[in-house]
Amino acid sequence: MKVIKINKENWAGGLEKSKGSYRLFGPVKNNELHEFKQLDKEELPDCDYFNTRLSPKSIIYPQSETMFEFSLDENREDHHILKEIDTDYSPRAIIGIRPCDAAAFLLVKRNFSTPEYKDSYWLNAYETTTFIGLACGNPHDTCFCTTTGCGPFNEEGLDLLLVDAGDCYFAKTITSKGENFLRAAGWDAGTDVETVCEQIKTMKQEAEAKITSFVATDKLKDKKTTDLFDAPFWEETAFACINCGACTYACPTCWCFDIQDEVSGYSGIRIRNWDSCMYPLFTLHGSGHNPRSTNMQRVRQRFMHKLKYYPDRYGEGILCVGCGRCIRLCSVNIDIRRVCDLMNSYEVQVTSD
Amino acid sequence: MQNPYLPYPVRIDEITTETEDKNLKTFRLVFINPGDEEKFSYKSGQFAELSLAGKGEIPIGIASSPTEKGYVTFTVNKVGLVTSCLHSMKAGDIMGLRGPLGNSYPWDILEGKNIVIIGGGFAFTTLRSSIVYMLDPAHRSKFKDIHVIYGARSPGMLLYRDELSAWEARDDINMHITVDGTEDPNWKYNVGFVPTITEQKAPPGNADTYAIICGPPIMIKFTQPVLDKLGYCHDNIIMSLEMRMKCGIGICGRCNIGKEFVCKDGPVFTLARLNEMPKEY
Amino acid sequence: MSERGAKIREISERLLKEGKIDMVIGFRKGTLPMMNEPCLVKSPEDVKNLVWDSNCGINLAKYLIGRKEKIGVVAKGCDSRNIVTHLIENKIKRDQLFIIGVPCEGMIDRRKIASMFEKEIKEVAEEKNKIIVRGSGFEKILEKSEVLQKNCAICIHRNPVIYDELAADIVKEQKNVDRYKDVRQIESMPPEEKRDYFNDLLSPCIRCYACRNACPLCYCPTCFVDESRPQWVGKGIDLTDIKTFHFLRAYHCAGRCTDCGACERACPLGIDVRAFTMKLEKDCFELYGWEAGMSKDERPPLDTYRPDDPNDFFK
Repeated sequence: MKVIKINKENWAGGLEKSKGSYRLFGPVKNNELHEFKQLDKEELPDCDYFNTRLSPKSIIYPQSETMFEFSLDENREDHHILKEIDTDYSPRAIIGIRPCDAAAFLLVKRNFSTPEYKDSYWLNAYETTTFIGLACGNPHDTCFCTTTGCGPFNEEGLDLLLVDAGDCYFAKTITSKGENFLRAAGWDAGTDVETVCEQIKTMKQEAEAKITSFVATDKLKDKKTTDLFDAPFWEETAFACINCGACTYACPTCWCFDIQDEVSGYSGIRIRNWDSCMYPLFTLHGSGHNPRSTNMQRVRQRFMHKLKYYPDRYGEGILCVGCGRCIRLCSVNIDIRRVCDLMNSYEVQVTSD
Repeated sequence: MQNPYLPYPVRIDEITTETEDKNLKTFRLVFINPGDEEKFSYKSGQFAELSLAGKGEIPIGIASSPTEKGYVTFTVNKVGLVTSCLHSMKAGDIMGLRGPLGNSYPWDILEGKNIVIIGGGFAFTTLRSSIVYMLDPAHRSKFKDIHVIYGARSPGMLLYRDELSAWEARDDINMHITVDGTEDPNWKYNVGFVPTITEQKAPPGNADTYAIICGPPIMIKFTQPVLDKLGYCHDNIIMSLEMRMKCGIGICGRCNIGKEFVCKDGPVFTLARLNEMPKEY
Repeated sequence: MSERGAKIREISERLLKEGKIDMVIGFRKGTLPMMNEPCLVKSPEDVKNLVWDSNCGINLAKYLIGRKEKIGVVAKGCDSRNIVTHLIENKIKRDQLFIIGVPCEGMIDRRKIASMFEKEIKEVAEEKNKIIVRGSGFEKILEKSEVLQKNCAICIHRNPVIYDELAADIVKEQKNVDRYKDVRQIESMPPEEKRDYFNDLLSPCIRCYACRNACPLCYCPTCFVDESRPQWVGKGIDLTDIKTFHFLRAYHCAGRCTDCGACERACPLGIDVRAFTMKLEKDCFELYGWEAGMSKDERPPLDTYRPDDPNDFFK
């Protein structure tokens, strides 16, 4: 492990230099909101930010993504045959991604890259991206990353971790991809690793101490799925939900999609669009039957998936990194922390009769 | 990296209208690129995504048997956008085929057992595949008694009528064809709902006897207690589920029941396993 | 404001105890500053959860659609007008409802307040016409009138138009309000500028449908954007499809919209979606002198025909 010191006066120059080898993405303020976007020439990321309104998942997994193209012109030999499209998978780097958002990609990867099937779109985009994290010094009240197996200085899922130390960043290399980026940016000022690591450790402890919101998930895995599914608290939990897709679209760990064909004249494309378990159409059968026809069933699906089905399927933690976006963006204040507590503490009432 | 969403190009070789209401047609598809047929190596009980450029994809159970070479067949009910378009297509048209997808009936377990096939309506497709597979000279000896209980609303709504008659004539398979009702004086088979005929004709349950059920929810609902009564244990009752699907490979997220994806972990489940899953299908 | 809360609790407890209703639909305290959660209270013991303050912006009429029970519903001015619209459109029956009317002094704009501070807001309290904002190391007192939701700032029907019991004395309605200043500004733009304005306005939209789903008017069993045969609108984030959704939705609300602001409040990207509905509200007012939800005895202008219609397209 190496720690490089990047003086802030070398920050812009290094980033600009790295653009020779990478397409850079970073947080940019637009209409009061921070969002990740590709950085133009001379454009710098705004690293003085809390976090983006929406998660950066769209960099790897765009909301609408063309999968194939085809022609319906019968005069063409290849009419009605789907062709893969050319996608630019040249190296990219995401600058200033928060550790929680980077960790989310690891959770999502379990879905897109399975022993049986590899989602080539997601995986190509993911593997050609270098994740340059920015440690989180000022977590908010809705952040609960320390109890989701993550944390404000979490390194899993990152190639490089930047720690803002005032007049400089310390860049902790985590993978060879991270080292390659440092080289491309020309940042190579060594440091006294031991001292700096001590300093980072202190800052990490301070940041972690600022997180005051916790969720308990310890008992979830021992609960029976059907007990939680049939638990009485779902009606009350789901009551306020308006079944919009804000929570799922903002969430860094939600991945559901729909596949659609779009045609203009003789040429067409097959695209995939984000979809949401909040929408009734998501599970509507052609026959008209819908296994999740009610508001309550859909809300239950969202939380059961994140907090029970996913952990059970992969034998690992919950499908949540504690970024708090769904809590902040829900217009009716449905709070995953509250639901998680209800689920974790639920005991089946045994009736004697 | 192989793209799991890319369909094989196929040509429609033949279209057969199966039922008197003309809502069910069987499509025989042949692969355009040599070598694709081999890659599309499947087992009875699996399904595939039929892909129509400009319309989308639809998951359909494979009706042909792995023993039938040179083509793959699908029997399609006309319901939505994609299936309606498919019904308007003609032999020679080009489309796509993606798969095979899902698990299959558990053939490793089923070998050496008595097999009771129970089907209703148009959900007989993968059951047809299974029957053709088991009756193949290379496989028949691997199975003990085979019973088939298959019902439809009326004689004209039965699928694969020529094959049903041919199977009736054989002595290595016990056919119990039934219709809900008919005014045809020449109807020589059963009249009655599938659960009733099952009660009358199915062999009693034991460790060596497996039932495979495919049909509309109402048929399944009333057949299950009959099988309980006949002594079938829930590990020996095998069902194939239907769900709205898109990707077919367990990624797009919509067809789950609990932690299982019907498209990838299913569509075939034993009743014993379904009992442990949320009732959300 | 807490007096209103106490009165709501008192009325709710009485009604539940007397068995006059099966449930109360109201608000409970949220888990974040400036947020409350719509809630369902079925037993007198749970009445204590009900609250009222300047963070009750969600329109509770949304939660009444298709319900079969006898319901006590907490309703501010706009909610009450949407209840009237529901009665006209047969979404609920009057005798199912006990309307606990709340004369309203406006809801605060949580995004506006958040954007006024560099640091995270930890707590927001209110006293009379003041809003007290606290964070780590700061406290600031704001005039409530300065931080109202935009629709509340121009509201001229703060008092419920229909109710069974009031939770406070009638409040004074705002007079001499210029409701359509923003609309006129857009109307005055040349076509290209107007197009650019709407493109800019809608470019952040992620089609989560929070605006539609928060709206009490949007109860179609299948919304036109969800229809697949025929499919009217593409499902991606092409700006044409996004605009089609917002424009058509607004038209569908013409003559029915009460400017409750639920759509704008719900938008996770803070898009000013009222820009569409307000134009149609203005047209309905100027063409027909119509304000939605003021009386259950009069049908909205776009589903009625009168022989004295000023337009000549029927003649």
